[in-house]
Amino acid sequence: MSLLSIRNLNLSIHGTPILSGVSFDIAPGEILGVIGESGSGKSLTAFSVMQLLPDGSDCTGEIALADRQVLTANEPELCQMRGADLGMVFQEPMTALNPVQTIGAQVAETILIHQKVSRAEAMRRAAETLERCELPQDQFPLTRYPHELSGGQRQRVVIAMAIALQPKLLIADEPTTALDVTTQADILNLLKRLVDEDDMGLMLISHDLAVVTGLADRVVIIRKGQVVETGIAATLHQTMTHPYTKALFKASNHQPDRTETRIDAPLLQLTDVSRDYLLPRKAFFGPHPTFRAVDTVSFQIRRGECLGLVGESGCGKSTLTRAILGLEPIQRGQILLDGRDVFTDPDVRQKMQVVFQDPFGSFNPRHKVSRLVAEPFHRLGRGATLSEIDEALQSVGLETDDKHKYIHEFSGGQRQRIAIARALITKPELIVLDEAVSALDVSVRAQILDLLVDLSARFGLTYLFITHDLTVVRAIADRILVMQSGKIVETGDTDTLFNAPRETYTRRLLAAAPKLPA
Amino acid sequence: MTDTIFSTAFRSRNIVLGVSLTAIFALASLVSLIWTPYDVTQFEIANKLQTPSATHWFGTDHFGRDILSMIMVGAQTSIAVAIVAVVIGMGLGVPLGLAAAARCGSLLDEIIMRGNDLVFAFPSLLIAIMITAVFGPSALNAIIAIGIFNIPVFARLTRGAALSLWTRDYILSARVSGKGATRISIEHILPNVMNLLIVQGTIQFSLGILAEAALSYVGLGVQPPTPSWGRMLADSQTLISLAPHMALFPGFAIILTVLGLNLAGDGLRDLLDPRLRRVGR
Amino acid sequence: MLRFALKRLGSLVISLIVASLVIFSCIEVVPGDPASFMLGINAQPDTIAALREELGLNSSLPERYFSWISGMLTGDLGTSYTYRSPVSEIVAERLVISLPLATYALSLTVLIAFPVGVLAATRRGSVADISVMGATQLGVAIPNFWFAMLMVLVFAINLRWFSAGGFPGWDAGFFAAMKALTLPAIALALPQASILARVMRSSLLDTLSEDYIRTARAKGLSKRQALWRHALRNALIPVLTIIGLQFSFLLAGAIIIENVFFLPGLGRLVFQAISQRDLIVVESVVMLLVFAVIVVNFLVDLAYAWVDPRLRSRV
Repeated sequence: MSLLSIRNLNLSIHGTPILSGVSFDIAPGEILGVIGESGSGKSLTAFSVMQLLPDGSDCTGEIALADRQVLTANEPELCQMRGADLGMVFQEPMTALNPVQTIGAQVAETILIHQKVSRAEAMRRAAETLERCELPQDQFPLTRYPHELSGGQRQRVVIAMAIALQPKLLIADEPTTALDVTTQADILNLLKRLVDEDDMGLMLISHDLAVVTGLADRVVIIRKGQVVETGIAATLHQTMTHPYTKALFKASNHQPDRTETRIDAPLLQLTDVSRDYLLPRKAFFGPHPTFRAVDTVSFQIRRGECLGLVGESGCGKSTLTRAILGLEPIQRGQILLDGRDVFTDPDVRQKMQVVFQDPFGSFNPRHKVSRLVAEPFHRLGRGATLSEIDEALQSVGLETDDKHKYIHEFSGGQRQRIAIARALITKPELIVLDEAVSALDVSVRAQILDLLVDLSARFGLTYLFITHDLTVVRAIADRILVMQSGKIVETGDTDTLFNAPRETYTRRLLAAAPKLPA
Repeated sequence: MTDTIFSTAFRSRNIVLGVSLTAIFALASLVSLIWTPYDVTQFEIANKLQTPSATHWFGTDHFGRDILSMIMVGAQTSIAVAIVAVVIGMGLGVPLGLAAAARCGSLLDEIIMRGNDLVFAFPSLLIAIMITAVFGPSALNAIIAIGIFNIPVFARLTRGAALSLWTRDYILSARVSGKGATRISIEHILPNVMNLLIVQGTIQFSLGILAEAALSYVGLGVQPPTPSWGRMLADSQTLISLAPHMALFPGFAIILTVLGLNLAGDGLRDLLDPRLRRVGR
Repeated sequence: MLRFALKRLGSLVISLIVASLVIFSCIEVVPGDPASFMLGINAQPDTIAALREELGLNSSLPERYFSWISGMLTGDLGTSYTYRSPVSEIVAERLVISLPLATYALSLTVLIAFPVGVLAATRRGSVADISVMGATQLGVAIPNFWFAMLMVLVFAINLRWFSAGGFPGWDAGFFAAMKALTLPAIALALPQASILARVMRSSLLDTLSEDYIRTARAKGLSKRQALWRHALRNALIPVLTIIGLQFSFLLAGAIIIENVFFLPGLGRLVFQAISQRDLIVVESVVMLLVFAVIVVNFLVDLAYAWVDPRLRSRV
């Protein structure tokens, strides 16, 4: 008998259909993975179960949680179920906690809301629950505030709030998407352990096939508000029948066809580069303490090479990127591009361009594409000719007419193509790709990776590919640098590094990365 | 794009009402430059304190002057003082805010922000009191006092909005293209904070009208015989039980103008704020 | 927390010093010779010389500044030229009216704005919300002194519930005195309460759309519980800023409102001093008002840190 049973669930918001005919079950103690790309309606399925939908939602069909009907329940009944029978963990741990309350009070609140216990008793049980979620009291007392914790630690607090009353069903909506890969592995293990200990059902929602298939018992694939495939997680890659599922697997494992284009001549050389930040003074007249974000980093990129730079958030890779681009001063060392110093000889910077992560924040919303794409010509002291703009747009697979449009008229993938066109237009030699495909859905990501490989072959480009995602870097890079706490801890050819990592940190990273069954 | 803005604008009753009210008073002040129903400089003691009638729609004051005509001429003063004060506030505040944001955390930023805090400690009335104590009262006095107080308002708003824009990737790519802080501020920051500035501008405009009325009321602003709404209210005070219309009509003029500007400002904010605009995505 | 308070206290002192320099130079440096300015064009040279002597204008500017400041610190504000009595005494007499008036008005503002703002936010889109938004839109547009005149007309002249002005003194009893301050306080508070209620409403609505409210709802809190336990305190952060700013508007407004009600407070003192060119009084009163504004903003900063633990740890 199933714990959660969803039958023919339809959802529309302000008349726009979101979900249609969604049906699936979760058994007690079962982990069900719900997979879909952005906008597929997977999160709203979860919010339908919680009945925490935005205003203007219309929800029909049947949702039963252990024989209790959710859709016909009134608000007080729903409040009783939420938190006690149903727990939920959210995507963004940085904003999911109330910043002005201690973590103890927030966990204890779950208990106080549902049970008549004293505050002291609730606090005692909150401490226990936090311990269960691997936040030991001697390091993380109940009196801590959310801002004093890291993202992974905050996610543990959110989980503690959700499981404090040992609910029958836990819903986790992209619980690790905002986290680093090693933290992600820890959180997934924690969820797995809690499910086993409490015999909970878990609905694990994610865009990431590898995360879900590694943890779930069964998988549901949602596309445009409809369930397209259901199957056993471990064997889905063999049993799948729907073309969308097949495309999803293919895109997730996508390997662009690369040809060796490396020449043994250095294009970018870094020697002992260090970047220190001043921290606020501890005493009024005391010296500024410093924080070394990049610590004596040396490496070089050869012409035609794609060098991957991998590291978790806060490791210094963004600072290093900005230093290479000449946007941040360095305190020690030297950065040479084509043999010229990027700081003392800024003209040389015209040989490099950059593509950023966020396809939405990368463009001034008030300029037309023709102006956006032409911006790098500023350093050359002239404007772009029409033919140069057209050529750049065509080379990334866009229409020449697109230059008359504004950026909001394009999808995320198209914007990233425009960002690449902007980087290409002055015919640079080096392109820095700063998490350039991280915000994209897998299918779009695969297309952009193909485009990058194609452009590199056509124009003889050199890439510095910065990412936190090991799967992507494996697919595209010739050589990989692993960065931790401002230092390069390991360097090696992609295959060598993945097959025989030398350093402990590299091994931990590789072990933590979720993998799809081959 | 433009179509959606105008059709939404027309649907929003606030903005229609607000813009119409503002337009009526702007028009009245313009018309008064060439024509008023009666001459406001002419005293006709015989006609004094008349209640509203067909000949004098809003009645007459204690010197027999037509109140409608005085309100029309008074609109000139109110609007002119408030506009110049907004121009002063924007003209100095926006560049200061842009500079502070471009050099966030530097000594320049610190000086600008502390300077702002300091000006906030002097409400425009206190500035007007100090200027009047030394130079005597005048309309210029009111403009300076209100204008100075507007500077930190625009500086803070600009800095806050600009700071969040400076973290955007498009600013980084402009820097990669070799553009300097000034060029980026003008080309990328200013156009994107313009919406906020327009909305704040209408709000400061309406606050300026209120402030000018208050300053003229206590005698720190426009001096007689120039008609101004604040002065008219001051004149009506001792006669309020005898001739309440002398207080009511200038009061309504102030309220309706300020209300119009505020409604227009709110409507503009809803219209220009992409988070609030309902577009079919 | 202590570090935070000390740091704020440091910037308070700096603000006060800079403000005093600004006031000093406006009043004593800009007019050239304050003595001849105060006495007017027709004054005899020997009278001017006598006043210069009396005001200590023969010493250097820094000396005069420091003697003014040290006088301020010890409670000696100099002697008024027109009243022929110590400024500190005149100001103290007036302060017992102006200060209670501003405080009364501020309390009214908060007492009206909070419930109204919360009501409008919780019933967003309802008749209550729409009428609150309409009424506050109007409240913001009404000049307080005009509203005060109307109240005099209605409640004092027609209904005779209140006197049209004047102040019986605190000796007449607390209630009589408060009654005399009630109409002025309402006139001051209403526009400010309208602004504050709108800020309260929009801040609360912003907070209600935060992720942690959704988290709280997922725990099983009802909408109402989530509002009271999680949204309200966070919504207070921008509201506090506005309250701090409003205090300076209330002080300035009080100066004007005192004129409508013939209250012998600081406002009337200032206008009399201006018309009599008594710069000594103007200088001291302006400094006092600026001092009050700066101190209130310091208190608001402390309240910030009390509401927001993130500020306490960041120094």
